[in-house]
Amino acid sequence: MNKLSQRSFTSALWAGVALAALLAGCATNPPPEKVAVEERNVGAGSNTGAGTAGTTGAGVTGTTTGSQGNPLRDPRSILSKRSVYFDFDSYAVKDDYKPLIEAHAKYLQTNRSARMTLQGNCDERGSREYNIALGQRRADTVKRMMLLYGATDPQIETVSFGKEKPRNAGHDEGAWAENRRDDVVYAGE
Amino acid sequence: MRVRYNPIITASRMIRPLRFPTLVVLLGTLVVALASGVARAQLTIEIIGGGGTTIPIAIVPFAGEANYPYPLTEIVGADLARSGLFKLVDPAGVNPRPARAEDVRFGDWTGRGADAVAVGSVTPQSDGRVEVRFFLLDAVKQSQLAGVSYVVAPAQFRTTAHRIADIIYEKLTGDVGVFSTRIAYITKQGAHFELLVAEADGYNPQTIVNSNEPLLSPTWSPDGTRIAYVSLENKKPVVYLQSLVTGRRQVLANFRGSNSAPAWAPDGNHLAVTLSRDGSSQIYLINADGSGVQRLMTSPGIDTEANFSPDGKAILFTSDRGGSPQIYRLTLGGGPVERMTFDGNYNVSPRHLPDGKGFVFVRRDGGRFNLAIEDFATRQVQVLTQGGGDESPSVAPNGKLILYASENGGRGILAAVSSDGRVKQRLTAAASDVREPAWGPLLK
Repeated sequence: MNKLSQRSFTSALWAGVALAALLAGCATNPPPEKVAVEERNVGAGSNTGAGTAGTTGAGVTGTTTGSQGNPLRDPRSILSKRSVYFDFDSYAVKDDYKPLIEAHAKYLQTNRSARMTLQGNCDERGSREYNIALGQRRADTVKRMMLLYGATDPQIETVSFGKEKPRNAGHDEGAWAENRRDDVVYAGE
Repeated sequence: MRVRYNPIITASRMIRPLRFPTLVVLLGTLVVALASGVARAQLTIEIIGGGGTTIPIAIVPFAGEANYPYPLTEIVGADLARSGLFKLVDPAGVNPRPARAEDVRFGDWTGRGADAVAVGSVTPQSDGRVEVRFFLLDAVKQSQLAGVSYVVAPAQFRTTAHRIADIIYEKLTGDVGVFSTRIAYITKQGAHFELLVAEADGYNPQTIVNSNEPLLSPTWSPDGTRIAYVSLENKKPVVYLQSLVTGRRQVLANFRGSNSAPAWAPDGNHLAVTLSRDGSSQIYLINADGSGVQRLMTSPGIDTEANFSPDGKAILFTSDRGGSPQIYRLTLGGGPVERMTFDGNYNVSPRHLPDGKGFVFVRRDGGRFNLAIEDFATRQVQVLTQGGGDESPSVAPNGKLILYASENGGRGILAAVSSDGRVKQRLTAAASDVREPAWGPLLK
């Protein structure tokens, strides 16, 4: 695939994802909360493995740089970012998370033996079982994007914790925003 | 009126033990089987709203009951009072206290405003068991409504008291009593979760499952011998079945992805579950041994929270196929899917009423979550609670009371509301969050 067709493929993909997300999320979405998810996102994942310094040269696509370290755990690598955040009642993936999702998909494409679990989570509001399904939908949505970016189905299992395992135990919008989340967890981590 | 019990109406005053003692003994065995878990702090039930009319009843302390550690008639009285449908008339001052039907002077009781009076006795038997005799009389019509005898071990006094309360409830209200049923619920203390089973009044809680990962969605098999529930102990939702008789646990559904929302079919042979194994959360039927998985429908979005109709011919479920989570009904065997809720953009967790005439559900109203009830025939919706954080409704097997999860002072508690919205109760346990109540079936 040359650069141009790859770009148009990518835009088509994003248009599709955005449309699906719009259709899926529009009916119940309150105004999107502008919370500081970006700042929190950096290193917020419980699996970022801080303290694994010493890896070198890990770029966006990690494994292609010839690094001897593990790009999944290099804080300078986008692959160390493991969380995708969502709006209330929504499984629409925001553009901000495109590079993260693409990077992990490319990692899976390059490392065919790698396996990951995408864990969907929700904030504490609403039915426990519906939140299990909503968290599942969040994980499934990110998985579908990763498949379009080159990962394969057997590499990714999607599961949901619903609202059962909140990262932030608070009861305000800040806590809720932190809990509406997909986490990327690789096998063996 | 549905008569479940067969109390001997003692025209001849000849009372014989019925099938109850056998059942009571069985129950005793069951409790022993469960007793491996440490008894936990029990739930405390507080009535926070009264009903309209109440039936005034005098419950005379049974002759001989003071010799035993369990105050039998206190348990009966507490059961009846908690229902919100009875007013207890103080029997103090009537001397001697009647213990048999023929000893009751009706004027003593009508003079105190009692419409009904219960009397009885507790008599030791040579084998260490006791005979509990009980009579219920209509003080206004001056007639006997029930007369029953149980021969039980003293340890079964609470169970016997609940049986007596059930008979009184049924004779005086026309509805089946549920005082001798059990409830299951989940507690969370720090990062520790337990699935417990207790008597309907919150006493004798027994730990069924201990876990350091979340537990949710307990649901009773129709015969009351097993509980299906969801555990996250495998880093994903997996549905388990736990036998209350043998203590054996089996995996019901552990497929790729998430496995959740178990719901028993009334025949007890199969369940509905929500599985994501084929790409999104969809509803499947599965045999109670985990075999025979069969997808019920294909929808583009989320389908979950199945709940069987009492006749087993339909399920209610939650789906976002219309853009927001709403409740739908599927007639099984290839029937149509029909949307049941239209008001608001978040209506979830449907549970049929046992008479099949309607369902209870959770609706979101301006960011607040409350219980509501909808009638199938009229499609009328009545909002039942105003807690704001109410969820996980479970309907009593007589349809009169709905147990649900609520919150109070930042803690998870259980609460109950009558299906007409008038009687409200709050159930709290010391030092834990309580959630996910499931009302057990009537024991046949």
